[in-house]
Amino acid sequence: MADDNRNFTLKIITPDRVFYEDEVSMVEFNTVEGEVGIYKDHIPMTMIIAPGILTITRGDEVKEAALHAGFTEVLPDKVTILAEIIEWPAEIDVARAEEARSRAEERIREHAPGTDMARAELALKRAVARIESVRE
Amino acid sequence: MASMRDIKRRKGSIQSTQQITKAMKLVSTVKLQRAKQRAEQSKAYFNCMYETVTSMLAKAGGLNHPYLKAGASEKKAVVVITSNRGLAGGYNSNVVKLITKGDFKKEDLEIYAIGKKGKDTLQRHGYMIKEDDPDIIEEPSYVDAMAISRKLLASYAAGEIGEIYLAYTRFKNTVVHEPTLLKLLPVEASEAKADAQETGSKAMMNFEPEDDEALDMIIPKYVTSLIYGGLVEACASENGARMQAMDSATTNAEEMIDHLSLMYNRARQGSITQELTEIIAGANAIS
Repeated sequence: MADDNRNFTLKIITPDRVFYEDEVSMVEFNTVEGEVGIYKDHIPMTMIIAPGILTITRGDEVKEAALHAGFTEVLPDKVTILAEIIEWPAEIDVARAEEARSRAEERIREHAPGTDMARAELALKRAVARIESVRE
Repeated sequence: MASMRDIKRRKGSIQSTQQITKAMKLVSTVKLQRAKQRAEQSKAYFNCMYETVTSMLAKAGGLNHPYLKAGASEKKAVVVITSNRGLAGGYNSNVVKLITKGDFKKEDLEIYAIGKKGKDTLQRHGYMIKEDDPDIIEEPSYVDAMAISRKLLASYAAGEIGEIYLAYTRFKNTVVHEPTLLKLLPVEASEAKADAQETGSKAMMNFEPEDDEALDMIIPKYVTSLIYGGLVEACASENGARMQAMDSATTNAEEMIDHLSLMYNRARQGSITQELTEIIAGANAIS
């Protein structure tokens, strides 16, 4: 099959806007079951997103964004990501993310009674994803 | 007949009221445009969310998940979305009526109020106000919706409440706003199933992780998106309702001013005629 037929539609929707919509050749992101990369003709699947970096590959062009929460619906020729929180690297405040990271790390290290560990860990993951997406 | 001075004063006061209503109409028109745009933008997310959840439930019909059956508690939580400011016609009272005139028992309800007007009225009627967040409605954000749904789901999981409802005003178009009572939890699987069949559900969907866990994670997001959708639509409806109310107020003021102008002119003419008659009568008496 010709190269340009290996593209599928990627649509990323947030509650406030349509974040991204285009024909792409591959998309990678983090799910609760681990990292996945999706090409065209994937079997229909619904996955829950874990904080991480979203990588969109479109021909030679690679785009990245920090994706924090939501879920995705994969169909053979279309991928829809319902993102609760997603940011382009340009929109991220690195200083704030660093601060959030140290705060979350501290909370996890101290492990004080009454701390919601799951939430603290999630906050840490989010902060790390933000920082990494800017760095790369 | 009222004196000329009285009529003039009254006309002046109506004119200044009209100026206010006119200005308020303009403001809410602008706000409506913005809120409408937001409501439309969030619709894509909401529709997609709804489709996914219904197709999931259609497939997972037989699941015995806590989110799919009513909790043991008699208590019901209602999220009531109203505005902070009045002068919006029947906007707020229509939402409140959903609760006071609905078939709820007053003792069973816990109100999560968003917007001051609804909270004040329900409090006066003796309802239990559990939470009160008047600021959210000014600038609805997804983070706010997340905070509310987290609280609701925590009490639901703890068995403190058995059902969750959302009372808001649906924004159908600029002139039609429908007060709506929506059941958030438990999700009614049977209804959802029928809907999914109608829309000609998509090919067999696989879930990762398994159905049960996926439901655990998706349903809270579903509830959040419904609440957010409700907030955004209520915001649009509020401004739409205010625009309409102010529009008719302006028209009414115009009518009253016309009527008063007529009365004023008549009174003026009457007094001139009277003066003339007096002068002529006086002149006749002398000659």
